[in-house]
Amino acid sequence: MTDVAHGHASSTGISNVKLGMWAFLGSECLLFGGLISTYMLYRGRVAGGPRPSQVFDIPFTSVSSFVLLMSSLTMVLAVSAAHKDDDRKTNLWLTVTALLGATFVGGQVYEFTAFYKEGLGFSTSLFGSSFYTLTGFHGVHVTVGIIMLMSLVGILKRSSVPGKKAEVVEMIGLYWHFVDIVWIIIFTLVYLIPV
Amino acid sequence: MTTNTANSAHQEQHGMSDAGYIRIAIILATITGLEVSTYYVDFGVLFLPALLIMMAIKFVMVVSYFMHLKFDNKIFSFLFYAGLILAIGVYAAFLATFKFFIQ
Repeated sequence: MTDVAHGHASSTGISNVKLGMWAFLGSECLLFGGLISTYMLYRGRVAGGPRPSQVFDIPFTSVSSFVLLMSSLTMVLAVSAAHKDDDRKTNLWLTVTALLGATFVGGQVYEFTAFYKEGLGFSTSLFGSSFYTLTGFHGVHVTVGIIMLMSLVGILKRSSVPGKKAEVVEMIGLYWHFVDIVWIIIFTLVYLIPV
Repeated sequence: MTTNTANSAHQEQHGMSDAGYIRIAIILATITGLEVSTYYVDFGVLFLPALLIMMAIKFVMVVSYFMHLKFDNKIFSFLFYAGLILAIGVYAAFLATFKFFIQ
């Protein structure tokens, strides 16, 4: 009942779409693992540029982290509403999730601008390059998530969802939560642990 | 009545109610607050282990409850954790090669 009910059941009784999404997320662990490891290796190589402690604004980033964490709650509430066939609540929570995600990305753009004005450019040092690459990749993932969420809201309003509606919402939810767990790691390793 | 039946069927399928998700979110927010407090309060030698443990707890809670891995087919857990463990192993070896852990 549990897996087959989600549609696209294979001979194993497991949804192919869900299986594919989890395999994709497993591979994304390797992508972000590489980026995080590279940052950890180079975070002390400031080459005369600003040090992490000189540019990081912990209170601001803490609020951004809290916003992204709460977007995971609104996303799971959207998935829950989709499973109950409550289209109004599904659309509402998806929109709130996208808005929280946009707030996070807006905060990241502000943070990047502030760091650049303080002298930390992409090519200033190995620290700068690895920091912007890691957090930039994450920001792009969040942006892609926002585009998927808003597209889904539009598709749901036209009632033209391909396949099982709840499963589509759940798959985008899995991607969104993954983006959140990556930030949980980045926030601790990059921002809270001093060099 | 119909809504209640639908709700309980959904809970049975996914193991948690909306109130349960909100409770998880409150716990996650509290842990985040504790993490941020380590930046301002001196935890001494406990600083790094405490921070890493709190990060791991938040990670597992989101994956288990928000991503439903705790209630889903074990194959999904295998796929995800295999990727994660492979990444940790590969990059721990990579960092060890550059003597990161003995700096």
